[in-house]
Amino acid sequence: MARPNRNPLWRFPGIAPAAAALFAYMYVPIIILIAFSFNENRIATIWTSFSTQWYGVVLANDDIIRAARNSIVIATSAMLIATVAATFAAIGMTRHRFRGQDGVNALIALPLVVPEIVTAVATLLFFVLIGLKLGILTVIIAHTVFCIPFAYLPIRARLEGMDPALEHAAADLYAPPWQTFRRVTLPLLWPGILSGAVLAFIISLDDFVITYFVAGAGATTLPVYIFGMIRIGVTPEVNAISALMLVVSIVFVSLSFLIGRVRRG
Amino acid sequence: MIPARVLAGRAGLIGPAIAIIGVFMLLPLGLMAYVSILERGEYGGVVWDQHTAEAYFAFLFERNLDGSVEVNTDYLQIYARSFWLSTTTTAIALLIGFPTALYMALQGPRMRALLVFLVTVPFWTNLLVRNYAWILLLRNNGLVEVVLRWMGITDQPIDVLYTPFAIGVGLTYSFLPFMVLPIYASLEKLDLRLVEAAYDLGANRLQALRRIVIPLALPGIVAGSVLVFVPCLGAYVTPELLGGSKSLMIGNLIQNQFGAARNWPFGSALAFVLLALVLVAMIAYALRFRRAPGT
Repeated sequence: MARPNRNPLWRFPGIAPAAAALFAYMYVPIIILIAFSFNENRIATIWTSFSTQWYGVVLANDDIIRAARNSIVIATSAMLIATVAATFAAIGMTRHRFRGQDGVNALIALPLVVPEIVTAVATLLFFVLIGLKLGILTVIIAHTVFCIPFAYLPIRARLEGMDPALEHAAADLYAPPWQTFRRVTLPLLWPGILSGAVLAFIISLDDFVITYFVAGAGATTLPVYIFGMIRIGVTPEVNAISALMLVVSIVFVSLSFLIGRVRRG
Repeated sequence: MIPARVLAGRAGLIGPAIAIIGVFMLLPLGLMAYVSILERGEYGGVVWDQHTAEAYFAFLFERNLDGSVEVNTDYLQIYARSFWLSTTTTAIALLIGFPTALYMALQGPRMRALLVFLVTVPFWTNLLVRNYAWILLLRNNGLVEVVLRWMGITDQPIDVLYTPFAIGVGLTYSFLPFMVLPIYASLEKLDLRLVEAAYDLGANRLQALRRIVIPLALPGIVAGSVLVFVPCLGAYVTPELLGGSKSLMIGNLIQNQFGAARNWPFGSALAFVLLALVLVAMIAYALRFRRAPGT
């Protein structure tokens, strides 16, 4: 539907300032944080001069590098497993309607509904009970669980927008199911899968609460490490590493957004 | 009749996701409920074969040394505070979120896509880092105070950080996108000719808003409110960073039972009560608002 937004009748006074206030509220803290990460002064509120020295300090810190490596290993593993599982599930869920489908949908959405702190506690108890030592593996398992719905949603959305006639046509041309999948479904689905994978990757990279509970001593991730730093106090190092994390996330979301916009077909 | 091969294929497709979430989430949640009725071990942990309702009892009462029982409202107060903060946050998010969503819905397609993107981005950035940014702003001698001083509004330390107010600011900031997006989604589908018709029939702007726009946006408003309220109730990071020791929320209380207090059954009971509250809210929402449109 065309939007006659220049029509004076649609003008509600006050909504433009409200929107401006909201966007300022959302972005000013992020901008301030990034700006302060370039502050040369150790006392974060007094601006003295521009400097990138704190990034140097951060990147020379072995603990931070180790935490970053853990984060990347965990996010990559969780992303791969979750994306494969989510792609299969989305295909299984979209093809036909079946009994119990609502139940399956609810189960896949469960990690989005349950408060993180509850999931964290429950997962910790579970690992302790089955005697799995807390470490990288337990974090990967816990992350895979909540990455599945994030990967699933864009893939499912893409599948639902796909014309089933294309798959039927392939079948009519005597393509066996596997070939239909590989030559028709998968190429069309690819942007959805990629965008789901990127989202799963960031959500894993950014997670703090669940990781905090299920990571043993050797599996400290970047957010867990940053949390420890913040506990000690506001320092330029925290500003720099935080700014880095923000920028990485923003780059990845933008990427996912652009992939998602790739035209169908 | 569906051939067995198709059924097996479907089970094979859906199976892995269901198995992962079932084993590593649903099962642990059940286990947590079970741990909540177990006896606490002497040195932390639990005694697996001793069942007791002690954890739920301890939520409301406290035993004195002489064995008498007294009502203890400490935990109830923390739950009440969490409810109050979550409700306030939801209300404020609605107050800023609704006009913003309306503004977005009235833009041209390109602008709309850009604004949706801008609302979405903060959600995908690190929650911890975004809350940390508010420490820089709100602490004494922080940016907010410096600006207020410069404007001549105050010359005292503002003493805002580590208060429930700071938690409110942080929670609203953390979950605002969840309010804007669903409202926007329902306003985007709104047929503007209905508003036009209201004007034709002599309504003024406020009436058109109240009688046409808001009722039609109601599903979005309700969905947004649930999506803000639920994560607020279970928030851990924001009260941990921006709240003080006197403004604990449910999340901190639960964490404490698994950390310093080493009382797993009590922590599990607290978490289970929180989960139950959230599920009741979600089910009520599903029953009332997820029916076919128009009912």
